[in-house]
Amino acid sequence: MTDSKYFTTNKKGEIFELKAELNNEKKEKRKEAVKKVIAAMTVGKDVSSLFPDVVNCMQTDNLELKKLVYLYLMNYAKSQPDMAIMAVNSFVKDCEDPNPLIRALAVRTMGCIRVDKITEYLCEPLRKCLKDEDPYVRKTAAVCVAKLHDINAQMVEDQGFLDSLRDLIADSNPMVVANAVAALSEISESHPNSNLLDLNPQNINKLLTALNECTEWGQIFILDCLSNYNPKDEREAQSICERVTPRLSHANSAVVLSAVKVLMKFLELLPKDSDYYGTLLKKLSPPLVTLLSGEPEVQYVALRNINLIVQKRPEILKQEIKVFFVKYNDPIYVKLEKLDIMIRLASQANIAQVLAELKEYATEVDVDFVRKAVRAIGRCAIKVEQSAERCVSTLLDLIQTKVNYVVQEAIVVIRDIFRKYPNKYESIIATLCENLDSLDEPDARAAMIWIVGEYAERIDNADELLESFLEGFHDESTQVQLTLLTAIVKLFLKKPSETQELVQQVLSLATQDSDNPDLRDRGYIYWRLLSTDPVTAKEVVLSEKPLISEETDLIEPTLLDELICHIGSLASVYHKPPNAFVEGSHGIHQHSADQFAIMKQYFSVLQVWLPATKAKGLEIAGTFSRRQGHMYMDMTFINKALQHMTDFAIQFNKNSFGVIPTTPLPIHTPLMPNQSIDISLPLSTIGPVMKMDPLNNLQVAVKNIIDVFYFSCLIPLNIFFVEDGKMERQVFLVTWKDIPNENELQYQIKECHLNADTVSGKLQNNNIFTIAKRNVEGQDMLYQSLKLTNGIWILAELRIQPGNPNYTGKKKTNATAFSYKLMVHIF
Amino acid sequence: MIGGLFIYNHKGEVLISRVYRDDIGRNAVDAFRVNVIHARQQVRSPVTNIARTSFFHVKRSNIWLAAVTKQNVNAAMVFEFLYKMCDVMTAYFGKISEENIKNNFVLIYELLDEILDFGYPQNSETGALKTFITQQGIKSQHHTKEEQSQITSQVTGQIGWRREGIKYRRNELFLDVLESVNLLMSPQGQVLSAHVSGRVVMKSYLSGMPECKFGMNDKIVIDKQGKGGTADDAGKSELGGSGKQSIAIDDCTFHQCVRLSKFDSERSISFIPPDGEYELMRYRTTKDIILPFRVIPLVREVGRTKLEVKVVIKSNFKPSLLAQKIEVRIPTPLNTSGVQVICMKGKAKYKASENAIVWKIKRMAGMKESQISAEIELLPTNDKKKWARPPISMNFEVPFAPSGLKVRYLKVFEPKLNYSDHDVIKWVRYIGRSGIYETRC
Repeated sequence: MTDSKYFTTNKKGEIFELKAELNNEKKEKRKEAVKKVIAAMTVGKDVSSLFPDVVNCMQTDNLELKKLVYLYLMNYAKSQPDMAIMAVNSFVKDCEDPNPLIRALAVRTMGCIRVDKITEYLCEPLRKCLKDEDPYVRKTAAVCVAKLHDINAQMVEDQGFLDSLRDLIADSNPMVVANAVAALSEISESHPNSNLLDLNPQNINKLLTALNECTEWGQIFILDCLSNYNPKDEREAQSICERVTPRLSHANSAVVLSAVKVLMKFLELLPKDSDYYGTLLKKLSPPLVTLLSGEPEVQYVALRNINLIVQKRPEILKQEIKVFFVKYNDPIYVKLEKLDIMIRLASQANIAQVLAELKEYATEVDVDFVRKAVRAIGRCAIKVEQSAERCVSTLLDLIQTKVNYVVQEAIVVIRDIFRKYPNKYESIIATLCENLDSLDEPDARAAMIWIVGEYAERIDNADELLESFLEGFHDESTQVQLTLLTAIVKLFLKKPSETQELVQQVLSLATQDSDNPDLRDRGYIYWRLLSTDPVTAKEVVLSEKPLISEETDLIEPTLLDELICHIGSLASVYHKPPNAFVEGSHGIHQHSADQFAIMKQYFSVLQVWLPATKAKGLEIAGTFSRRQGHMYMDMTFINKALQHMTDFAIQFNKNSFGVIPTTPLPIHTPLMPNQSIDISLPLSTIGPVMKMDPLNNLQVAVKNIIDVFYFSCLIPLNIFFVEDGKMERQVFLVTWKDIPNENELQYQIKECHLNADTVSGKLQNNNIFTIAKRNVEGQDMLYQSLKLTNGIWILAELRIQPGNPNYTGKKKTNATAFSYKLMVHIF
Repeated sequence: MIGGLFIYNHKGEVLISRVYRDDIGRNAVDAFRVNVIHARQQVRSPVTNIARTSFFHVKRSNIWLAAVTKQNVNAAMVFEFLYKMCDVMTAYFGKISEENIKNNFVLIYELLDEILDFGYPQNSETGALKTFITQQGIKSQHHTKEEQSQITSQVTGQIGWRREGIKYRRNELFLDVLESVNLLMSPQGQVLSAHVSGRVVMKSYLSGMPECKFGMNDKIVIDKQGKGGTADDAGKSELGGSGKQSIAIDDCTFHQCVRLSKFDSERSISFIPPDGEYELMRYRTTKDIILPFRVIPLVREVGRTKLEVKVVIKSNFKPSLLAQKIEVRIPTPLNTSGVQVICMKGKAKYKASENAIVWKIKRMAGMKESQISAEIELLPTNDKKKWARPPISMNFEVPFAPSGLKVRYLKVFEPKLNYSDHDVIKWVRYIGRSGIYETRC
């Protein structure tokens, strides 16, 4: 067989020739022609004009030819929907074929032809195939339901395919079960209807049985689905864990990681003092280590996940630091990840070994790796106090090598060591100063300048050193300029007599010759401080600095918990929640996926708050969310300018709910041109309050190295609904009566096709709680309560008439006019 | 799930492109070529995110396989699938090369249609696939009804890796215990890390659906039996000869034919094997490893233009055994101008293109010692950076298992056919190879 000849075709008149060949009388010739068409399609040529001729070849008893035609159909049907109809008959016929392989092939291919008109014809054959006697056909049909759902979700629901799919979970064949689980999981992710998978102990038992018998891939689908289940008590959690642990010995690393995910999640539910808890922890470590003997790509995925696991439960791998030692021939991406984990596991017990390794790495070839190794030595010094001295001497050895980037990196980390252990290692400053000339990176220059300024009293020629930097002041980066300004002011406060000229020089450079507002502002502040009150100036500039923290770049705990739920997936590789890189994703958390339809539209889409044209190239898009009782502002920063951006900060104007950010903007590295960063800013409502119009308006100021920008956005109100907003029944009754009628508001919700239970379920996910439900004259009445972060209660009555998509709602609240507007916004 | 799968040659031309999901467009094919294959800098991760689309890639010789998705897929699964895809292709047409892929593109499309449905991996055991993806379309039409249902029940069944009705005149099986021993040693001879990763590869030519049970000198099993106090076991392990009675296995993983729940509860390894060759288990040990060779390096810098290197290797196993294919690789600086070597045994050569002295010895018995010394002349450079001194690495092959693992039994039961465990001819072989076996200097 030499099919490669199909790839080499003469250019001119090719289509014409193919057309002729496709209509050739001989079957063999036609097959050859179709092969050529597929080859052309593969390399990206447009062969869609041959559609009718290729479809003509479909009526054949030659399976190979049939498959080729199907492949063509899947590619081009969408561009030729009318022609695609021609194929329908043949599909429907094939679905009745006595050969199960042909039946399955037909139903599989039909699902891939994404043409609305065809999907109508697909329903009947699919229904039959879902109940086919042959498991091969059933397992194919199960996946086909997911395909159809992707094209037309409503149709799948109307035709009752979801129920058929759910029935397949009880199928006798494990592979059918696995595919049904996979299809249901995918559908439930995008489906507004909650509880699609209906995980109950009975179903879980079926899944666990199938787990032992199905293919490796099926095991992955089932384990990933199991990890979304919430066991009702610790006994159930333990019994599931017991049946999942054998999977840790599977040869397929994805099976192992998915099993680890289930166990890591369920561990939370087990009592910490039980024997089983300890045993389980012990069982987790060997399989994680084994993953590192796999192929490099799997090692990489494993290491990214281990990085999370080590942060969540350091005890699992604390004994295993040796397996993370870097091998000379590891690919660079494995090396960098191993290094990261080594630092996390470094402790007093193993620090000697770790340091010896790091020193070895610092002499390797790859620049990034070497830099990271040097930085790691610094982090060891900060993390393990007993090792600080050894780390410093290792760093000094490295500085002696005079390798430019090693020296620069070492100086940056030494600054941090000085901050952590003041008055201990300053004797090495002289050595550092020797390398002043070789520093050409802003980070290193700034670090060195900081050191000189901070310890100016111990360095005889500090003024000369700083003066040498001053010469090219305007060519320096802002970071260096700012540090230099502060350093010279420090120097002046320590040695006022000799340095007056110098300080005047730098102040005038900063205030008069610079366009940078930050630099100017800082310059003016110093200037005024120094000229009015030198004593206060000393207190301000030379004040004691807070100690720096031991652990750097830890993942924020709520994000870490979320990522643990995504072990093995891309989210765990990127260390980002899925909604940061998946379009229209609502997370796999069932609850967060079931946001009320109206609200979903309202905030799941990132809105562009600050267009790049208005902010000198910085674009900010964002949304608000509430996760596990905390509010977040999720934003994407995109740098569309030509220069890099640093020094980000954010500030909110006073607003109706007192919303303020609880942490500074977590952007630590410069944002390069065309780079984007996704951040999640935790918020709280303890800030100053001022009524805004509209009520949920929020005015934001964002600053970066270029300028300060302002924008305003609307906060969806549902993020203010707190988790304990469920009012006691009695209290509800009393309060309802007490609120005067003028505080009541009536409204209608239109076009909402849901029944009372699903509505209340959905509302509950947004912390709107149903207190009571009553049926009056065929109408469902729901009584609900919710509480805002500022303590205001809102009570509601919701009337639902079956068959009438418009709901009538009544809302009452005990607060003032303030709340009126609020209610308007909720729906 | 996987949205599409592309195969490229080294130039970045697409050889195979199969799209499973609507969210993946044709431009994804080009995005990967431009940003990964043609990237100016070598890509530093096997997962790349380009415009909210994630690309997973593996490379086999100069062929790129890339899986594409826009969803939060199971990343480990995608890579495992790509490896599996490579295995399947190799099983069908041998080496993965541009020529072979072009020659078999129709077959590859057929396979991709079968083993990946809407981006969900399906049964991908070659044993099962070969029963119905044959590239002889007409023939499969003539399957009888029984044959057809046999195929489908095998593809979807509990024992998807073996078909019914296999017959051999002679029932025979081969067990290979293949170990790779890994070492990182400091210049002073301190073991920084050492582990053995082993595989038990089985070739089975057995009739019917045989039930097998595999036993080895696993410490946990032996200790359990030891409590029972059978003198029989003690006698057996003495015959083993290595002096070690049992070994501690850190962790092991099994082929999907092994019943994992049974291993978890009883630590017994029972299974119905696939036909032909497959990997039964993988394991890892770190305790009491027999390190077959010890490398003692001595590097002396004589001035700025000369290096003296002396390396001694010592074999550390029974004198009656022979190690083979021994190779010691001593790295040399980039500015090496000339090398003189003297070695007691074997042949040594300076290979300028590899920046190393390669010393080869065909055979070496246990408890022996050999030595090489070399003088390396250096060109004077003004490069301030010191030479990084990569570690000295070693390759070899020894006829025993450095972990100390011994096969105790492999029992075969096939109740339906008339052959018993005694009629099966069994062969066991141990091979220990060097993995990454390095000594820093």
